[in-house]
Amino acid sequence: MGHSAPRIATVDGIAQEIEALLGSMLIETVDHADELTFIILRDALPQALTLLRDQAEYQQLMEIAGVDYPDRPERFEVVYHLLSVTRNHRVRVKVSTDEDRPVPTVTHLWPVAGWLEREVFDMYGVVFDGNTDLRRILTDYGFKGHPQRKDFPLTGYVELRYSEEDKRVVYEPVKLAQDFRSFDFMSPWEGAEYILPGDEKAPQAPGAPTPAAAPPPPPAAPKGEPAASTPKTTEKKADTGAGEAANTASQVKSDDAPTKAASATDEGEGVAKPEDKA
Amino acid sequence: MADYLDELEHRIDASDPTYGDTEIQNYTINFGPQHPAAHGVLRLVMELEGEIVERCDPHVGLLHRGTEKLIEYKTYLQALPYFDRLDYCSPLGMEHSYVLAIEKLLNLEVPLRAQYLRVFFAELTRICNHMLNLGSHVMDVGAMTPNLWMFEIREDCLNFFERASGARMHSAYFRPGGVHQDVPLKLLTDIADWLDTRLPRLFEDAISLVADNRIFKQRNVDIAVVSKEDALKWGFSGPMIRGSGIPWDIRKSQPYDVYDRVDFDVPVGTNFDCYDRFMVRVEEVRQSARIMKQCLQDMPEGPIASFDRKVSPPKRGEMKRSMEALIHHFKLYTEGFHVPAGEVYVATESPKGEFGVYLVADGSNKPYRCKIRPTAFSHLQAMDFMLKGHMLADTTAVLGAMDIVFGECDR
Repeated sequence: MGHSAPRIATVDGIAQEIEALLGSMLIETVDHADELTFIILRDALPQALTLLRDQAEYQQLMEIAGVDYPDRPERFEVVYHLLSVTRNHRVRVKVSTDEDRPVPTVTHLWPVAGWLEREVFDMYGVVFDGNTDLRRILTDYGFKGHPQRKDFPLTGYVELRYSEEDKRVVYEPVKLAQDFRSFDFMSPWEGAEYILPGDEKAPQAPGAPTPAAAPPPPPAAPKGEPAASTPKTTEKKADTGAGEAANTASQVKSDDAPTKAASATDEGEGVAKPEDKA
Repeated sequence: MADYLDELEHRIDASDPTYGDTEIQNYTINFGPQHPAAHGVLRLVMELEGEIVERCDPHVGLLHRGTEKLIEYKTYLQALPYFDRLDYCSPLGMEHSYVLAIEKLLNLEVPLRAQYLRVFFAELTRICNHMLNLGSHVMDVGAMTPNLWMFEIREDCLNFFERASGARMHSAYFRPGGVHQDVPLKLLTDIADWLDTRLPRLFEDAISLVADNRIFKQRNVDIAVVSKEDALKWGFSGPMIRGSGIPWDIRKSQPYDVYDRVDFDVPVGTNFDCYDRFMVRVEEVRQSARIMKQCLQDMPEGPIASFDRKVSPPKRGEMKRSMEALIHHFKLYTEGFHVPAGEVYVATESPKGEFGVYLVADGSNKPYRCKIRPTAFSHLQAMDFMLKGHMLADTTAVLGAMDIVFGECDR
């Protein structure tokens, strides 16, 4: 007994049946984790899905997902999940594309594809040829960019706030108080391809990937300013913000500790000493 | 004859019988984004002819938080709490799909008690969700009292979640490999008592006020009729597809966890209208209570999480003594576990319909892509054709019967 995810009855020979149905439109069949994936030619998509819907009884289009693989020549995958309520089976159909080449729409087969394609367009910038209503859907009105692409930063490019001066919400470039950090917690023994901080000069094991150049040391402080190692002191009154000592005159007059009060005024005005208060 | 006389006196032009009438242009209004019956931040741009809706263009995305993008930057375990915050009315239903997707990629076996606990709390979530939906649907069409009574039940449910997981709403109770922690026996007996006494009394009382109520029926019967073909074409699922007369329930047809060991019925609609969708949910609450009672009866003693120490953490006491357990714990909560490369689409029957997770793993400790298939997205898209030709006031009934939560729709 394995996992307890939804148990989908395997239909005997379903892969062969669909392969025969798709014929030359099919590029590859993948059978992984009891799920069938058919990678097909992009231009044959409406034809293939029509065959799957009408002849193989996959009546429902449940989902269209985009996936971004920036290393591939055609970087986007558009993944269609079909469900058959009569055969109780699911299949996945994939096509690949890039920023420029449009994918034919399937809105004429399933009206539900309208929004699903809009979402893929919004998130990845994949254009669907024939979709008459290809507007952005999830992102803001007037948003620029396609946020689910792998090269889109997690923090985004703009942030918005309510401006009291303009009496409206304004957009500004994102300013981070601290650089975005991404920890992968990968073990350095398992092929992490970066240099740990402070480990720049460590000898590399033979065969290890060439280390990237260490970041240059921080520039030396300008001469006018104190070196970073000089501790910051608050000795003068201007530094501490203390006012005039209120009881200086009375302390001078008092008999029991005239010398201490005098020395205190000599050293610096207003700097109270602990023994004065005792 | 009156027409003829009018024509003679040139008050009516025979070629254009509406001559002299003022031409009325269609009126476009915004419904929302802040409207109490919009159940969140929905903006409907509606074109009205008089009071008849001609066109309806839902604008969604006002609650888009980039969940899918955030998940790509989190380890598998860190991503789990995001699922609570998708459909915040039925958090455990969302978690269920996600943990099952991970387990499917890992091919991880889950102990029987954990499976029972998951089904048990998933059904409690269903009751909790339907209480909110049925109550607000009833209130949207004009009744007040049932909603207050159903919120009593919902409050009970939330208290049970708190006792099980420590959080009322965002439980984060399901984990890959089982559940977070075992429940005390007292909690199970309390829920059993509640199922026998308080739930049926409050729920049946509340439903008895509306199910046969003349006004409620006038507002819902024959509103937004969706045929079987349309339901399939528009990607309906859950109570929406069952309300359209298709007996499709993933718990029955593609059972996960221990749904194949419990006995329950799948209600379907006969008129395919809003009233049917409402009554399907009413019956689902009764069936959920039935499933929960069976779970209580059959739930075995035993472990509540997998013993695979690469996936589920060791016990606290074990960590105090065993170095290995300590290392496992440390690795799990810093690096997380690695999931073998591959892709799965796992859909479960959440209270609102088919909630799917398409998980693409690249062998690292973070999902490469986690596409969430929300239920509301497809349902809301059908709003235009469901509402066409109905009155403006029917909008709230149609929306209420759809059961939409924007955390999930906008992600």
